[in-house]
Amino acid sequence: MISKVRPHLSQNESLLFERSSPGKIAYQLPALDVPAVDPAATLGSANVRSEIPGFPEVSEVEAIRHFTRLSTWNYAIDHGMYPLGSCTMKYNPRINELVARIEGLAWAHPYQPEALAQGSMEVMARLEAALAEISGMDAVTLQPAAGAHGELTGILLIRALLEKRGNPRKKILIPDSAHGTNPASAAIAGYAVENIPSSATGVLDVAALAQLVDRDVAALMVTNPNTLGVFEENIMQAAEILHAKGAMLYMDGANMNALVGIARPGDFGVDVLHLNLHKTFSTPHGGGGPGAGPVAVKKPFEPFLPVPRLKRSGKKWAYDYRRKHSIGRVRAFYGNFGVLVRALAYILAHGGPGLRNATVDAVLNAVYIRKQLEPYFDLPYPSPNMHEVVFSDERQAALGVRTGDLAKRLIDYGFHPYTVSFPMIVHGALMIEPTETEGKFELDQFIAAMISIAKEVEDDPQLVKNAPYGTRTSRVDEVTAARKPVLRWRPA
Amino acid sequence: MLEACGMASPDELFSHLPEALRLKRPLDLPPGISEYEIVDYFRRRAAENANGYASFLGAGVYHHFRPVLVDAVVSRGEFLTSYTPYQAEISQGTLTAIFEFQTMICQLTGMDVANASMYDGSTAVPEAVSMAVRATGKRRVLIARSVHPEYREVLRTYARHQAMPVEEFGYQPDAGTIDLEDLDRKIDDLTAAVVVQSPNFFGIVDHVKAAADLAHRRGALLIVVFTEAVSLALLEPPADADIVAGELQSFAISPSYGGPFAGIIATREKFIRQMPGRLVGQTTDSRGNRAFCLTLSTREQHIRREKATSNICTNQALIALMATVFMAVYGKQGLRELAEQNLAKAHYLAARLRPRFTGPFFNEFVIQTASPDKINKSLLKKKIIGGLPLARFYPELSDCLLLCATETSRRADMDTVAEVLA
Repeated sequence: MISKVRPHLSQNESLLFERSSPGKIAYQLPALDVPAVDPAATLGSANVRSEIPGFPEVSEVEAIRHFTRLSTWNYAIDHGMYPLGSCTMKYNPRINELVARIEGLAWAHPYQPEALAQGSMEVMARLEAALAEISGMDAVTLQPAAGAHGELTGILLIRALLEKRGNPRKKILIPDSAHGTNPASAAIAGYAVENIPSSATGVLDVAALAQLVDRDVAALMVTNPNTLGVFEENIMQAAEILHAKGAMLYMDGANMNALVGIARPGDFGVDVLHLNLHKTFSTPHGGGGPGAGPVAVKKPFEPFLPVPRLKRSGKKWAYDYRRKHSIGRVRAFYGNFGVLVRALAYILAHGGPGLRNATVDAVLNAVYIRKQLEPYFDLPYPSPNMHEVVFSDERQAALGVRTGDLAKRLIDYGFHPYTVSFPMIVHGALMIEPTETEGKFELDQFIAAMISIAKEVEDDPQLVKNAPYGTRTSRVDEVTAARKPVLRWRPA
Repeated sequence: MLEACGMASPDELFSHLPEALRLKRPLDLPPGISEYEIVDYFRRRAAENANGYASFLGAGVYHHFRPVLVDAVVSRGEFLTSYTPYQAEISQGTLTAIFEFQTMICQLTGMDVANASMYDGSTAVPEAVSMAVRATGKRRVLIARSVHPEYREVLRTYARHQAMPVEEFGYQPDAGTIDLEDLDRKIDDLTAAVVVQSPNFFGIVDHVKAAADLAHRRGALLIVVFTEAVSLALLEPPADADIVAGELQSFAISPSYGGPFAGIIATREKFIRQMPGRLVGQTTDSRGNRAFCLTLSTREQHIRREKATSNICTNQALIALMATVFMAVYGKQGLRELAEQNLAKAHYLAARLRPRFTGPFFNEFVIQTASPDKINKSLLKKKIIGGLPLARFYPELSDCLLLCATETSRRADMDTVAEVLA
């Protein structure tokens, strides 16, 4: 029984190019207060184009309707629970949007004199300090633009320190449960990747690790809690094993929402860590970006951080560009400042106690879902879970219904699907992360939907395999999209 | 809920964590504050920044008006609070907008295909270079010194450990365009990519065609970089390029002290499978209606892991949406008029000064003055932020300022700049 949603009409809308007509405009420009110049005469006629063929021509009303109609075809956190595991789809407070648009911040130019940018610099310094306290690390760079960008930065920092110590080493160890960005980032930093299998309980196999770590290993990249939502209970032993051989422990902070205020990576042996401000610190995902991926490090890595670094000069903030050991820049300017503002607003709003409470709620919600759904779905790793829980589709697959099908049916019940088929160590994974955002009412609706779908699989598997039914777009042919790519509109 | 979980206290949720690593004290952060206090805090910080100044800074970040429609659209929760559109059936809004974005970037750049956006222009450059390395099987990179200095720094950071030697070639001391002879001397058969920017860092429309000829003769690809997207409305598209890598900040993305912005990569059909980042493609749903979805993901890290074309995971969807709305609002006619206004303003200002270089420029130019810092100080007293002193990036131009004028530059302010510099 579907109780959360019922269908309503949605507007059709063609592409901008199809609804254009010559001469329509939606813009306004002031009259030019200086003499016009002839582009061809000024730039050379060979340098000047005639027009932009196919570019849109619509009115203001058509433009706003166009994008508003498109918007109604999206599901969003503002509609309801978004249980994508490891994506931490929590509520995005609107106060964050408001403060990021304050004129003196939003219109600050990165090259305006330091004396006239003290407010921006103070915001960054305060955020650096807060993230260092939350993670238990010694220094933070805010420059990386996203999580994967932070990974690359972090591995470059490890490489730089090891190089300084005489040997950059050859490889990075990565558990088979890791995000795909981990190996891809290690490769750009010039390392070979060695995948290490998880233990039967889904955590790092410390004995196997001890066998693998030698003078060629630069670091272990680990996500903690891992992508099963399980805390790596042997993390301190792992750190000891690595450190004894001169290797480093890198932590992917994708799942930091399970730890804030409870445990700090810096206290359990992590050398380098990236955080995802668009996950743990509530900045909006925006349909796939922008994010920010600050990197927090222990003291020995500090000289290698990207330039410039903020430094105190008397009573003012200043930039230090002259750092000879720095890995260099990973991005122009100072980072995704607008995202940093939003993350700091979140930290200020919660404060120390509030951040810890959020963690408790996030973990409680995931444990509650697990308890309620365990009778209906296979739980391949029974270790205690933290902020997310991973089931497998084993029982449903026996009736021909896979995790992807269950996910599509969940859409009909008014929810965004969980993360499908990840982590790869679980065959047919259903990875569910509710975050602290959800209250019991929404959680119970979700649980009821999942139980109802499990029953549908037993009664009428075909019903689930053809879902969704209630969306304006039915199941999309992704195979044809990849086989015959059409990546832009062209006139008929 | 705790009871349903069989627990007596919230601490039990964490009882499986080893005692030794648990935090035994509260975080050393002040207690939470209310909305009003948060707004107040950030207003105070904003007050410590420049307020009420006219600015002639450009250099990769431009001061253009943001049409009101842009925030009206990107503030909608359906766009703001959604995830990467993996679930196509309930993400057609984002997917359709990205498909339009990809199309308009192709129309502007003259390329066949564009991706769903990159972090920014500076990181798009190393990604474009990696594409060229994969496509040519060669590894050497030549980049013009007239490419944005911070973009070159980012390229060096990325290239260092990938066995991609990066060398620079110079610019004509008079014209400010690339030194084609220097490029000809340095290019060889091992060169994978030649990277030029147009308009270049000095604002000058550069010799894209000649650079393409030199690159192609040696089997290298030409990568054309841009930082001022408005110029694309007026300038001949870089059709001779193999890859275009640029920054869209000018398209309704507020300067925001340097980010978040959105970069682009556009290229020719034959290099599609070498592209990094997300791509949206057209297809149909099971009822035969047109639909869009993320596609060609076998290039990407979540499938290919360490063998992927890039480690990039997401794009800058919301920022790219700002640019999409901007392009829809300005449209064919408005974008051209906007570009012409920029050209007129910059040339009005330049006519009263003496540009350092003779090459044709769009909305930025370099001027030479005995003391750039002194000039800027005098301008600050008149509530004007002057140009960017070039000493930090170009020791040979330590007596130079890079000035930018856009449609938002007022005639009276430009007259003041001209007076102070006279």
